[in-house]
Amino acid sequence: MSADLTELYQQVILDHNRRPRNRGRLPTANRVAHGDNPSCGDQCSVYLQLEGDRIKDLSFDGSGCAISQASASLMTTQLKGKTAAEAQALYDQFHQIVTTGNAPDEMSDIGAFAGVHTFPARIKCATLGWHAALNALKSDPTTVTTESHND
Amino acid sequence: MPTWKDVRADFPILHQQVNGKPLVYLDNGATSQKPRAVIDALVKYYERDNSNVHRGLHALSMRATDAYEGARARIAKFINAADSAEIIFTRGTTESINIVARSWAQAHLKPGDVVLTTEMEHHSNLVPWQQAAKASGAALKYVPVLGTNAEGGLDLASLDTLLTPQVKLFAFTHISNTLGTINPVAELCRRARAVGAVTVIDAAQSIGHAPLDVQELGCDFLAFSGHKMCGPTGIGVLYGRRALLDKLAPDETGGGMVVNVTYQGATWKPAPERFEAGTPHIAGAIGLGVACDYLDGLDRAKIREHDDGLARIAYEKLSALPDIRVLGPKGERGGLVSFAFPDVHAHDVVTFADEDGLAVRGGHHCNQPLMRKLGLTSTTRASFYVYNTAEEIDVLVASMRRTLKFFRG
Repeated sequence: MSADLTELYQQVILDHNRRPRNRGRLPTANRVAHGDNPSCGDQCSVYLQLEGDRIKDLSFDGSGCAISQASASLMTTQLKGKTAAEAQALYDQFHQIVTTGNAPDEMSDIGAFAGVHTFPARIKCATLGWHAALNALKSDPTTVTTESHND
Repeated sequence: MPTWKDVRADFPILHQQVNGKPLVYLDNGATSQKPRAVIDALVKYYERDNSNVHRGLHALSMRATDAYEGARARIAKFINAADSAEIIFTRGTTESINIVARSWAQAHLKPGDVVLTTEMEHHSNLVPWQQAAKASGAALKYVPVLGTNAEGGLDLASLDTLLTPQVKLFAFTHISNTLGTINPVAELCRRARAVGAVTVIDAAQSIGHAPLDVQELGCDFLAFSGHKMCGPTGIGVLYGRRALLDKLAPDETGGGMVVNVTYQGATWKPAPERFEAGTPHIAGAIGLGVACDYLDGLDRAKIREHDDGLARIAYEKLSALPDIRVLGPKGERGGLVSFAFPDVHAHDVVTFADEDGLAVRGGHHCNQPLMRKLGLTSTTRASFYVYNTAEEIDVLVASMRRTLKFFRG
């Protein structure tokens, strides 16, 4: 197996793909947003329980490739307890990582997605759940599609 | 008569490595590769004959016109149309079907009418009918697909209740791009005709893979793309029976399709020009004509044997993989196989396959409603053509085993 592929399918990613965290509909959610990748059919719904500006709890549900599912799963573990501004900042870092491959040392978990940058077609997989989460935070009821975003 | 191995030498693109491995191109359902003869025809046209067609009196324009109209006649012969005026050049299958959906449906459909199609259609033979039905107030109905893995094909018994005199148009695919099912299109045309319905065949996956005779099939319209049959992209055909075409209003209007224009209005040329407004894809049409020559040189009956044979081998070998769902018929099938694993998504499969030099397709194959019906979101599809070999199926199966081992441990 090539170094690129090993880099893409990191252990952290495989683990989240096999045992997704916070999967399913969150009963206490007061915000929800849905994301689609029309070209590949990947889907991701994100459920948020917002208290004021803070994400008290969240979950995701959907179907798609290992990258999209693991990314959404890992995201739920990262965003719990964060404010909207903190969530946006974390996404900005994540986006940097998946597009440049440069992961700061302290970003150990989401840094696992650095390998995505050598597979440009998969960047939209990695960002699907995040887009849905950010839209849920903005309470934007429209379905997001990563096809028309700059990833 | 060349052997199948010799055929590979005709396709320059095949002789390359992808990710350090010899390219194994199994994405022919999406688009086929082009033989040297077709590539050369495009170059020759642009280097020697390039000019606009029909309206020029100079040497180049006459040469371009002769070549363009020659291609039309060649394609008419390829599908045994009665008249080359029945061949309308389009951008591809999608545009061909849209022309029928707009021109024919607008003039003929009204509330209470029914458009019948099937549950296995590509979006290009589904969404245009949804639009036509919405615009006209007609109902859209579907012939069901049978079996948990769609192995039963179309539910032909349901036609007894579905094919009523209210059905004004029946549109169906010849070979399913997702299942590989070969539909009994001649029978479907015959039954549609019995209730007075117009028939539209989506031949995108069958054209160039098997002999095809529109008069024998008895269809009213038939649509296909050039690029899936060794021709260039951006060129396709709408075949329509002359008697129907002459009664149809044009879809697009402009230059080249008019007889007389005043400030008050215009009159239309007969088919095919009526449906070819503007400068057509001249080079593409010429290339498509050469693709017809190339495929007939290989003998389409033998191509069918070869492609369908590979698909049956692939079906057998893939079926041996643990926890695989292989879609479509168990026996006779068109030259493609699509399959899914419950625990490994098609996009991960395709990414691993790419690393092995394999070009396969993963996704919903523009067939979202069928995927949903089968409880799937995506499948991996291997689709075969003249240059593929049984050894390449072994590369495919080995790649699947490696992928499963990685994800399942």
